[in-house]
Amino acid sequence: MSKNIINAIYGDDEVVLNAAKKLRSAGVTIREIFSPYPIHGIEAVLGVKKTRLATCAFLYGITGTLLGTLMMWYMMINDWPTIVGGKPNWKYFYNMPAFIPITFECTVFCAAHGMALTFLLRSWILPGVSPKNPDPRTTDDKFCVQVEAEPAQVDSVIAKLKESGAEEVKVQS
Amino acid sequence: MDLKLNYTLPDKTKRLTVVTMAAGLVIFAIGIIFNMLGHSEGHAEGHGHAGELSTRLWANLLVNSFFFMGIGLGATFYMALKYGSEAHYATVFKRVVEAVTKFLPYGAVFMLVVLLAGQLHLHHLYHWMDSSVYDPTSPHYDVKIAEKYAYFNPAFFWARFFVFFGVWILCQRKLVKNSLNEDLSGGTQTHFKNVTLSAFFLVFFGFTSSVASWDWMMSLDVHWFSTMFGWYIFSGIWISAMITILLLVLYLRKNGYLEYVNESHIHDIGKWVFAISFLWTYLFFCQFMLIWYANIPEEVTYFQNRLETNGYKGLFWMVFFTNFALPMLLLMSRDAKRNSGLLVGVSVIIFVFHWLDIFLIVMPSTVASHWGIGGIEIGMFLVFLGFMVNRLLVFLTEAPLLPKNHPYLEESIHHHV
Repeated sequence: MSKNIINAIYGDDEVVLNAAKKLRSAGVTIREIFSPYPIHGIEAVLGVKKTRLATCAFLYGITGTLLGTLMMWYMMINDWPTIVGGKPNWKYFYNMPAFIPITFECTVFCAAHGMALTFLLRSWILPGVSPKNPDPRTTDDKFCVQVEAEPAQVDSVIAKLKESGAEEVKVQS
Repeated sequence: MDLKLNYTLPDKTKRLTVVTMAAGLVIFAIGIIFNMLGHSEGHAEGHGHAGELSTRLWANLLVNSFFFMGIGLGATFYMALKYGSEAHYATVFKRVVEAVTKFLPYGAVFMLVVLLAGQLHLHHLYHWMDSSVYDPTSPHYDVKIAEKYAYFNPAFFWARFFVFFGVWILCQRKLVKNSLNEDLSGGTQTHFKNVTLSAFFLVFFGFTSSVASWDWMMSLDVHWFSTMFGWYIFSGIWISAMITILLLVLYLRKNGYLEYVNESHIHDIGKWVFAISFLWTYLFFCQFMLIWYANIPEEVTYFQNRLETNGYKGLFWMVFFTNFALPMLLLMSRDAKRNSGLLVGVSVIIFVFHWLDIFLIVMPSTVASHWGIGGIEIGMFLVFLGFMVNRLLVFLTEAPLLPKNHPYLEESIHHHV
């Protein structure tokens, strides 16, 4: 069963916020809102779930810590023990302070890159992917609320959108 | 809505602070008695300055004077920082910050007492205050200190002391006074006066806080120097001040005041506590690692005294890891910074551990191996703590908790992150 997708264009973020509230309480399913800038408080209105990106960041960070430690241990202790500044080189722990900055850098490197890549993959923003933005004006001065509707309900949903302050309403073909 | 704009100090709370002071005094006295009993047995130990009871008492007084003065100074810096950066979020609790800054003059008096006593040779915490080290004919002549006479001579030292405290206190008083005037006059003129004054204060403080920390703390190890030291001390006093402000805000909110301070404001102060903990850790570790790596005899003495000799090693690493790991692990998530119970728990613990940080700067250089954390230390800490809390609560009653006419007030009330 295919659902129709309707795009409604608004001219003001306040109006979008109130419209989203009204539409949700009227039982209309909002797929996405496109906006030129972040609208304060829109997540709560849309009921967006708390992001799990932070958990990913933690896991990537731990991976970075372990990889960095493994790399330094292999290079400086195991494969070719190197004496730098007369420091003991037969145990990783004895040289710990010298390894801290690199451990830190590896942690940040992996966490930051892992997070960015995860975000891009999850949102499917990749080179060659066709943009999901239905109207280029939403990158300038307009706001677009994208809703779903059963074929039978399209007309009533359009009426609700117009009532909530939409300037234009178009059914996506 | 009936807003409680003026804080009234309940008698019970006031009594509690006095009881804390009294209890501290009793513990202190017991500590002294035990110390004297212990000493009368092992009298053959000798009369080194480090082992004398009076040295331990003065060193303790220095630890507490500096730590509690730092809270007033750190709060003054934070107050100026808010004006300088035109931060709007802190406007609703700025009266709490102002109350904490008012402790600075008391801290100045404590520091004056300790340093003046040193100058009058009542104690020998500061080796360079002894004039014989500059005299080539004296057996105590120390060429390394004598070379620094231009810096350490009493006239210049005391000039620095009075100029630093004078300007800090003047700025603090002027900023608070302007802020109160703003309630009456309105307009943005007073606000911009404070912005200008804050800009001056921040520049002045940036330089003088470093120099002051060399004068009062680093010169305890007069042969040693570290370029990280000023920043390290600064981050320590800043976090102590932020914890004090956070605890006061949470206390007031729990008692029905500051209704317009919402979760987002608490979250922001929590972020500061989290961030400055990292700043402190970063500076602590920078100082440690550079000295450890270079391993130059004249530099490593500082850590030699704290890690190899005198038995401070356990405490030293405990202070480092507590002040680093506790805020990092417990305050990392957004929810944790909005949880009053967790914030109070972490704050109280790192408050004590930042006091111990100052303890570890002063003690190994003064009493060396004759240290301990007993009745004397705990008692004196409680006396100072009770006194400071008592003063801060009285300061809170002096002005309405919600400022009027501040240009960012409306924005601050609706603060939401």
